[in-house]
Amino acid sequence: MTIMSSTRQTYDKALEDLQREILRLGSLVEAAIDEAVHSLAKQDAKLAQRVIDGDEAIDNLKREIEDKCMILIATQQPIAKDLRRIGTAFGIITDLERMGDHATDIAKITLRLANEPLIKPLIDIPRMAKLAQNMVRSVLDSYVNADIELAQKACSKDDEIDHLYRQVFDELLEIMQRDPRTVVQGTHLLLVARYLERIADHATNIGEGVLYLETGERKDLNL
Amino acid sequence: MQENKKIAVENLNLYYGEHQALIDINVDLKEQKITALIGPSGCGKSTFLRVLNRMNDLIDGVRIAGKVTVDGEDIYDNNMDVVSLRKKVGMVFQRPNPFPMSIYDNIAYGPRIHGIKKKQVLDELVERSLQQSALWDEVKDRLNKPALGLSGGQQQRLCIARLLAVEPDVLLMDEPTSALDPISTLKVEELIHELKNTYTIVIVTHNMQQAARVSDYTAYFLTGELVEFDHTEQIFTRPRDQRTEDYITGRFG
Ligand SMILES: Nc1ncnc2c1ncn2[C@@H]1O[C@H](COP(=O)(O)OP(=O)(O)OP(=O)(O)O)[C@@H](O)[C@H]1O
Ligand SMILES: [Mg+2]
Repeated sequence: MTIMSSTRQTYDKALEDLQREILRLGSLVEAAIDEAVHSLAKQDAKLAQRVIDGDEAIDNLKREIEDKCMILIATQQPIAKDLRRIGTAFGIITDLERMGDHATDIAKITLRLANEPLIKPLIDIPRMAKLAQNMVRSVLDSYVNADIELAQKACSKDDEIDHLYRQVFDELLEIMQRDPRTVVQGTHLLLVARYLERIADHATNIGEGVLYLETGERKDLNL
Repeated sequence: MQENKKIAVENLNLYYGEHQALIDINVDLKEQKITALIGPSGCGKSTFLRVLNRMNDLIDGVRIAGKVTVDGEDIYDNNMDVVSLRKKVGMVFQRPNPFPMSIYDNIAYGPRIHGIKKKQVLDELVERSLQQSALWDEVKDRLNKPALGLSGGQQQRLCIARLLAVEPDVLLMDEPTSALDPISTLKVEELIHELKNTYTIVIVTHNMQQAARVSDYTAYFLTGELVEFDHTEQIFTRPRDQRTEDYITGRFG
């Protein structure tokens, strides 16, 4: 971050701390998504339970960061880019926290399905997960490095995820139509795909936030 | 609502002797809007303000080039009546400067100079001006007491009332709240907000939050140049010029 200047060290330090905390939240969420999808593919109930238990830490950290933003607003009366930085922070942590919730949702599904054979080998869902994780990682990188090109590039991946989502959707629908006994598990897998698609949407929001932070322009990156 | 320009400044350059204090200023100030002038000390804010009612005429060695119109009238035209210009474009200063006379006489002073003698008319003017400046309730029982007995915040509102009594169109305010406590400051800011419906206001302030709170437009001056002029919302959320950003966020210097 290029905000150090001699005239306002305390303020700049607080902004840097804020950014570091957001990144910490980001890595917790990234890990949660990764482990959730892993737990599902490996039918690993223990790992799933760890994701579920970890959600509280994510929620707490989110609230802590929110408080820091509030204090900065009250004590520094941020304007211009500082204001956009703090406004964007609120958005980013909300998106991250939601992603964390979706990771938990997926982990809960793992627990439900842990003791039954999967109706299909999971291929597209892990692929969606990988893409979504990459998006999350890239938008967070774009945030740290003030890299709007990267933000835009990352968000363009949303299309691929949407495409995979539709593919998974159709495939599962077909399986369920053929054999009604697969409906319960099929529906849960559909939800997993849906959660991953939502995670990508939240990543897109973050990308748009980065763009706004850096340029002051609002642009829809979810086209 | 349509925004008419009240004041138009074209290619304005101002020199104090050899020293150029304003450089190529071009700006339109909108009617019934509040424009805040911000910028570091010595950048020319007060000088610019004084251009608008020709207060610089009183300073030796000042040279002005360019054109300034109020309501389309060139105020530096030879035929311009400076007294009526200053009635139309009035000024409030940083330190409240009530005259050493009663509250009533402070307000009645201007109207009397402009020929109003009837007690009833003056009474009405005094009350209306004090109402407008949100001071009436605080002083209505002591109108004949000395104005210098008022608090600083009250004195500043008195000075605003004194200005309003001569029924100007444009109010120029040079750091009007810098000597006031936060409550008096807020009272004056509220007042400025009210006055906007009737007057065109130009205010110099070193308080960024005040500029953000009260003004519709903000002008950022730096060493005699007008760096950026825009809607206040724009300036305080996403200024276009990096120099504006650096100044308002305190990264200056
Ligand atoms: N009467 C004067 N004679 C000569 N130079 C002057 C005079 N008044 C102002 N100046 C110079 O013109 C420049 C602009 O001064 P001005 O008072 O307009 O600045 P300002 O922006 O109002 O500053 P501040 O925020 O400190 O009130 C300064 O360099 C100042 O020294
Ligand atoms: Mg000044």
